[in-house]
Amino acid sequence: MPEVYLDHYAATQVLPEVVDAMQPLLRDGFGNPSSLHGWGDSAREALEAAREKVAALIGANPAEIIFTSCGTEANNTAVKGIAGAAKKKGNHLVISAIEHFSVMHSARTLEKSGFEVATVGVDEYGMVNPEEVRAAIRQDTVLVSIMTANGETGTVQPIEEIAEIAKAKGVPFHTDAVAAAGSIPLDVNDLGVDALSLASDLMYGPKGVGALWVRKGLRMMPLLDGGVQEGGRRGGTENVPGIVGMGTAAELAAEHMDERAAYLSSMRDALIEKLPAAIPHLNLTGHPARRLPWNASFVVEFIEGEGMLLFLNMQGIAVSSGSACTSRALKGSHVLSACGIPAEVARGSLLFSFGLDNKPEDVDYVLEVLPPIVQRLREMSPLYDKFLKSGGDQNSDVQ
Amino acid sequence: MIKIATYSETVMDHFMNPRNVGEIEDADGIGEVGNPVCGDMMTFYVKVDDEDRLNDVKFKTFGCGAAIAVSSMVSEMAKGKTLDEAMQIGRKDVADQLGGLPDNKMHCSNLGADALHKAIEDYRNKKKES
Repeated sequence: MPEVYLDHYAATQVLPEVVDAMQPLLRDGFGNPSSLHGWGDSAREALEAAREKVAALIGANPAEIIFTSCGTEANNTAVKGIAGAAKKKGNHLVISAIEHFSVMHSARTLEKSGFEVATVGVDEYGMVNPEEVRAAIRQDTVLVSIMTANGETGTVQPIEEIAEIAKAKGVPFHTDAVAAAGSIPLDVNDLGVDALSLASDLMYGPKGVGALWVRKGLRMMPLLDGGVQEGGRRGGTENVPGIVGMGTAAELAAEHMDERAAYLSSMRDALIEKLPAAIPHLNLTGHPARRLPWNASFVVEFIEGEGMLLFLNMQGIAVSSGSACTSRALKGSHVLSACGIPAEVARGSLLFSFGLDNKPEDVDYVLEVLPPIVQRLREMSPLYDKFLKSGGDQNSDVQ
Repeated sequence: MIKIATYSETVMDHFMNPRNVGEIEDADGIGEVGNPVCGDMMTFYVKVDDEDRLNDVKFKTFGCGAAIAVSSMVSEMAKGKTLDEAMQIGRKDVADQLGGLPDNKMHCSNLGADALHKAIEDYRNKKKES
C-alpha cells in the first residue's frame, strides 16, 4: 500500500542535510554558547552562523533575530512583550479573526490585564481587508498583529498594505509568518513590518525551535526572564543543535524557494482542479490565487472530517481536518467560521498540505481513494439523506 | 493498516464495517437526536414484531468515527430484544461493549442509545394513537 503523507502543516520531515548539520552539536559540540572557553566558542560560532542564515531568509539583520523554543513562543513574546512594554502609551491591540491560537490567546491573556482587543474579520476567502485594520486602529493602539498567511486556508494576506497603514499611524506591526516562512519570499524591509515570527518545523527543520525578528529600537519585554542570552530578550541557554538545524533548513529554503514552490504548487493545483470534479458538493476554502504553494483545503458537505481521516489513514494517506471532532477541544475551526462557512459544512473540512517528499502520483492516489470514502460516509449520513429527499441536486438550497 | 491509538479495535471494526446502516422504509418508529452544528446527528429506524420485539433496527449517522461505531453497536445490541429490554440499553453499556471510548467522545458521540429509545417511544406513541 502506498504511504502518502499530506500533513506537512502539522510537521515536515527533517531534511538529511539538516540532520547532518545538527549531529556534531549533539556530540562534541555540546558547549554552552555563553561560556568563555573553547567549548563555548565553538557553540557560539555555530549559533551565530545559524542566526545569519535565518536572518538571510527574511532579509533581516542577524543581530535582530531572537531564537525561541517554537513559533508559539515567538508569537507569545511578540504580542505580550511589545504590548507589555508599551503599556504606558496605550492598552489597545488589533488582531484578525484567523490568527493562530498563540496570537489569539496571547491577546486574550492581555485582555485580562486591562488591554482591549479589536478583532478584524476576513472575507469569504479568508482575506483581511487593510481598510478594516485602518478603521480599527485607535490613538491608544500599541500593536497590530496580523498573520502573513494562514496555514488552514492557505490565504496570503496583504501584509505590505497593512504595514503601510500601521506605519502611517505610528503603530508597531507584528506578523506571524510561521506558515509562510520558507515557503514564499519574505523580506522584512519590503514587507515593512516591525516584528515577524517563524518556526523551524514547517520548513524541514527540527521541532522545538523558532525565531522572532524584532526591528531594532522597538521596545519589547522578554517572555522568559533569565540571563543575557539572545541580547537579554530571551533568557535560557540556547538549543544549539536545534538552532543549527533551523539555520540549515532556512538556508536550503532560501536557496531552493522558487523550485520548491513550483513543484509544490503543481501538485496543489492538480488536486484543486480535479478533486471538485471527482466529488460533488466539495468546495475549495481560502483564496483561489493568493495561497501558499503547499495548501489545498476543502470542505466536503454532509459528512464529518474525522471519518474521512480514519478511512484515508487506512489507505495510507495522512491529512488533517479543521472539524470539531478531530480537535481535542471538540471545537470547529475558528478560521473556517471567520470565512463565513456554516458550522455544519466546516465539519467536513479536509486539509491537504503538500511537501517535498510528495510525488505527482500522490494526487492521483487521492483522486482514486477519496471519492468512494466520501460516497460511503454520505450513504450513512442523515444530512445527505435529507438533501436528496429535498430534491438533491435539483435543489441547491441545502438543509 | 496503520493503527490509530485513539480508538479500540472494536470501535474501528464497527466504524469500518458498520452493521445495519440504512433506512427502514416502513419503519414502526423513528428517533432522531443531535444537530449537525454543534454535535453528532443520528437517526434510528425500528421495526417491531407481534411479540414487542425489535426484529429490525437501522440507522443513519453524521459524526465522527466514534459516532458511527456507537450507532452500529447499538443497532446490534438492540436487534431481537423486547422493547423493554432495549429501553434498558444505556450509554455506558454501549461504550463498554465497544471496549471503551475516548473521554472527550463519551458525551457528544455516544448518542446511539438515546436515538434508539426515541425511536421506541415514537413507536409506542403511534400505537397509543391508533
